[in-house]
Amino acid sequence: MKRLAFLAGTILVGLAHSASAQTEVTMWYHGAGNDVESRIINQIVDDFNGSQSDWKVVLESFPQLSYNDSVVAAALAGNLPCVLDVDGPNMPNWAWSGYMQPLPIDQAVFADFLPGTKGIWDGKLYSIGLWDAAVALYARKSTLDELGLRTPTLDKPWTGEEFMAALDAAKASGKFEYPLDLGMNDQGEWYPYAFSPFLQSFGGDIVDRSTYLTADGTLNGDAAIKFGEWWQKLFADGYAPGTSEDPADQQTGFIDGKFAFQWNGNWRAVATMDKVDDVMFLPAPDFGHGNKIGAGSWQFGISTSCPNPEGAAAFIKFATQDKYLAAFSDGIGLIPSTAAAAAMTKNYKAGGPLAIFYDLSKDQAVLRPVTPGYVVEAKIFIKALADIANGADVADTLDAAADEIDSDIQQNQGYGHKG
Amino acid sequence: MASKLTTSNSAGWGFAIPGFGLIALFIILPFFFAFGLSLTNQRLISPNPTQYVGLRNYRELLDVAVITLKPLRDDAGALIRDEDGNLEYPRVRDITRSDEYPQYSGMREWFRWQSGDNAKVVIASDVVFMKALTNTLTFVIVVAPVQAGLALLLALLINQRLRAINVFRTIYFMPVVVSIVVVSLLWRFIYAGNDGLLNNLLSTFTFGAWQPVDWLGNPGTALGAIMAMSIWQAVGFHMVIWLSGLQTISPTLYEAARIEGASGWQTFRYVTWPGLRNTAVLILIVITMQAFALFAQINVMTSGGPLDSTQTLVFQAVERGYGKQDISGGATISVILFVLVLSISLIQRWLTRERA
Repeated sequence: MKRLAFLAGTILVGLAHSASAQTEVTMWYHGAGNDVESRIINQIVDDFNGSQSDWKVVLESFPQLSYNDSVVAAALAGNLPCVLDVDGPNMPNWAWSGYMQPLPIDQAVFADFLPGTKGIWDGKLYSIGLWDAAVALYARKSTLDELGLRTPTLDKPWTGEEFMAALDAAKASGKFEYPLDLGMNDQGEWYPYAFSPFLQSFGGDIVDRSTYLTADGTLNGDAAIKFGEWWQKLFADGYAPGTSEDPADQQTGFIDGKFAFQWNGNWRAVATMDKVDDVMFLPAPDFGHGNKIGAGSWQFGISTSCPNPEGAAAFIKFATQDKYLAAFSDGIGLIPSTAAAAAMTKNYKAGGPLAIFYDLSKDQAVLRPVTPGYVVEAKIFIKALADIANGADVADTLDAAADEIDSDIQQNQGYGHKG
Repeated sequence: MASKLTTSNSAGWGFAIPGFGLIALFIILPFFFAFGLSLTNQRLISPNPTQYVGLRNYRELLDVAVITLKPLRDDAGALIRDEDGNLEYPRVRDITRSDEYPQYSGMREWFRWQSGDNAKVVIASDVVFMKALTNTLTFVIVVAPVQAGLALLLALLINQRLRAINVFRTIYFMPVVVSIVVVSLLWRFIYAGNDGLLNNLLSTFTFGAWQPVDWLGNPGTALGAIMAMSIWQAVGFHMVIWLSGLQTISPTLYEAARIEGASGWQTFRYVTWPGLRNTAVLILIVITMQAFALFAQINVMTSGGPLDSTQTLVFQAVERGYGKQDISGGATISVILFVLVLSISLIQRWLTRERA
């Protein structure tokens, strides 16, 4: 009896001890359902909780599809966690709305991070990414050889004509269901992320970035209309499957040989390399204004309502160590945020199969418009591109999209941008 | 009547209050919120203060106008034709954005028709909403009678004393208990463009003469495909309601009809159908309300595409309120939907009233 009481006493003391010593810091993450990602983020959280005695990070994971809705709902209800995982282009919207606070960390700490991994709004750093993502044109070396195509490089990418000639050659070979897969089924953030760089390479953009107050002339200017006509041709002439495509094709269609080329993110790179020996990751074609790809992926920030921003900042600093950046990169093929971390990875070290992306991301990646209005602009852009792919009149659709963006900016009093 | 409801009926009220309370909290109260929001410019999240804007949200959704476009003429006054011989017209946007016509500002072409050399163009300030409205009404007009009719047919079929009739009842009812999201995902595979089940079946039955149709990717077939799938999914539920109605009809009536020598059709027309009157009213109203709420299928299968051919009111309300963070716009659509459903239900009640 006495012994039992003693035992209970130690357990109680133990519980009380662990509860009082470490203050809880809540954190939300978007990677529920992805085993590799969950394992790495859990590892970082465990390491952090074990490395010091002040803070205890408590992680909650959400499926990516419903993550943003969950955050907005929680923000309205005043239930935001301390550490927030935020998709780069959404950050200005949440910061402007007052749900995120600038990181209480000196920007110099992240001096050697890739530009696309830093979430800067209004001159302040709000979020920092453990990785950047990139998009590439997946191809097989054997396909290029067979079709007699030049291998494009970063310095000398395919021009628009070369790209279309490559698609024509693939189509003529008759070996593929479609020459190109764009992942058109995924009518979400994928569209602006993956396709707006095409528009920029044509010389247009989603919104005029000098003021962020209008899209008129940028999204529906001559360059954008040329882009739209090219875009429509891809589907009208059977180069790529349209919006009703089977979602599984974005995962396995290229591996199964249904497509000669696939425009896909490098988060699928590791899985594809496992299955396709001679896969190559080609840079984006240059349609006249440089070859561009999107930048800015998921990043960590701190909510305004966080009672212990120091604890959150300590965790973010801890998580952005090179070894964790390297772990994420090895796990899912993403671009590590620093050169030092890149050197530690299988794929991004000098001569590694994906090393090209580190340079591309450093030099040519373009952020999606950095404005609180982006959330709405992205929706309008998605619909415009889907409609054009489905045969809507190019000029009318782009005009309507530009008008809708302008009216939204007006209704939000410029989203804080001054003319 | 009223006194019976209110006096010495505390047990009844006690049982009803939890239900009433929940309905008030989660349905009636939010509706008044929505109505309030629809008169403001409230955003989902925004630091800007909320302002009262009166009926602006309603105007921005419902404004429609017709403009006449005269064909373009060259300097000599002759009509300009393009390569195909079609007349050319000035762009609608040049009118809706010009300062001469401030009343048309921000409007877009919805559809047009030809009248002589002129083109009549219907412009709306929110074309997507207008398409959502017409799609939803089309959906209701097709689904309500077809689904009710099929359900009645199934109910008559399974209302027989046959061996293993419960197996058929279960089969017909099965789609109802499966989540609509799962059903939608499955039907996406069935409708798939190249090697979907439906195309494969049709191709087998026509010995390969069938040309595959991209059911969900084609503006002409997408809404029809969703209608067919929705009818299939919910028909079992209404079948059960019909069945319960059928089983309340007294067997003695059928016996009497048989003795009188009534044919099968006459039995249905003069015994079964009058006995199903109240059930029919219930089913019609329930299906109409459910059909107006069409959302999950659209969200999973088409996201309103292709070319807005499957936009619906509820999908637009969610898309605006959450996707575009325009909660007042979403609320306005909800209020319009409410008024629409309410008035149609009242008309149905009135048409199917007991005539004295």
